[in-house]
Amino acid sequence: MTDVTMTVNGKAVSGDVEGRTLLSSFLREGLGLTGTHVGCDTSQCGACVVHVDGRPVKSCTVFALDVAGATVRTIEGMANADGSLGVIQQAFQDHHGLQCGFCTPGMVMSAAALLADNPKPTESEVRHYLEGNICRCTGYHNIVKAVLAASGQDVAAVAAE
Amino acid sequence: MHNFDFVKPSSVADAVRALSAEGAQALSGGQTLLPTMKQRLAAPAVLVSLTGIADTRGVCLDNGALSVGGATAHAVVAQEARKYYPALADLAGGIGDPAVRSRGTIGGSLANNDPSACYPAAVLASGATVITDRRRIAADDFFQGMFATALHDGEIITSVVFPIPEKAAYVKFNQPASRFALTGVFVAKYGSGVRVAVTGASANGVFRWTEAERALSASFTPAAIAGLSLPSDSMIADLHGSAAYRANLARVLTGRGVASAH
Repeated sequence: MTDVTMTVNGKAVSGDVEGRTLLSSFLREGLGLTGTHVGCDTSQCGACVVHVDGRPVKSCTVFALDVAGATVRTIEGMANADGSLGVIQQAFQDHHGLQCGFCTPGMVMSAAALLADNPKPTESEVRHYLEGNICRCTGYHNIVKAVLAASGQDVAAVAAE
Repeated sequence: MHNFDFVKPSSVADAVRALSAEGAQALSGGQTLLPTMKQRLAAPAVLVSLTGIADTRGVCLDNGALSVGGATAHAVVAQEARKYYPALADLAGGIGDPAVRSRGTIGGSLANNDPSACYPAAVLASGATVITDRRRIAADDFFQGMFATALHDGEIITSVVFPIPEKAAYVKFNQPASRFALTGVFVAKYGSGVRVAVTGASANGVFRWTEAERALSASFTPAAIAGLSLPSDSMIADLHGSAAYRANLARVLTGRGVASAH
């Protein structure tokens, strides 16, 4: 076992891990941050997306030791300081951007990465960016709508479809 | 996944030393290696992470050519190579999905040489040079068949140098489940002639379509290759497309590449 230290949602954290410990396992089992979901564990579904040094990564496809010292943000770090939902989370609630909710943490983290790079994406850009996030309820339409709404754009036309 | 010792050296020399250990394996972005290890198709005793070596990351001009560090992530190439070599940036920005592009690296992609990977097409079509910890390898010598390269055990790609073409394009027909290329074609027009590399099609991995290169060097127009055809006997055939389908797709995509080259 090796000691690993990183910053998660603004707090310095550390724990003992094996070489093979995935970042997703460290977050969920080591730190109890179970908001990060492991859907497929084969790098395909995107439910486990978190931000590492500001970029979206699949936490099931990164070793915890490989991101030692990094700054990590998970879905637990997306709420406002007072505990209320952040803008993207609120938009998902307002526009019914989830059905079973399993993929939602990854969707929100990917959406946050998109909006950080591209604050006013088109509908096509949102759909393209979310290619790596799979929703098995096939609830994409309202997810895309929620991301557009979170970017401050009018989604009335999207709602009409 | 079987356990292993994890090391993360901060210099190329230390990485080469670590890779000389019995059962050692290099880890770059890990977007192929981790899934492979989870399936126990690879079980290294020592994993040597190459992403902690600062001087193998980033994009810069080098005597008029574009040098891309071996551990540079696809997302970084997509952004930083754009003003120098837009077709290369387009290719990097179309690999996998955004999360894969945050981690996956050019060196990892080339060392793995998946027959459906995107980067080998750019490297071969550009006549790029793969620079390792010990030598320079011309693209034409580097790719040696499916998952096979000229790299020796423990040899590390430190950078890849791309001569910048007059115009180029990468056209990829996505396999939507894996987001690899069902077939992809990179067309690059240089003063010395046109190079065309095809990925995702041949069971021998990336290859140059020399007949199309000759035709396009004479006339860089889609019409110049419209009458050509690729033999389908060495093409990949699977549930996503037959060998004949891939051979035809390579020709169609080459025409599209010529039409959209910039």
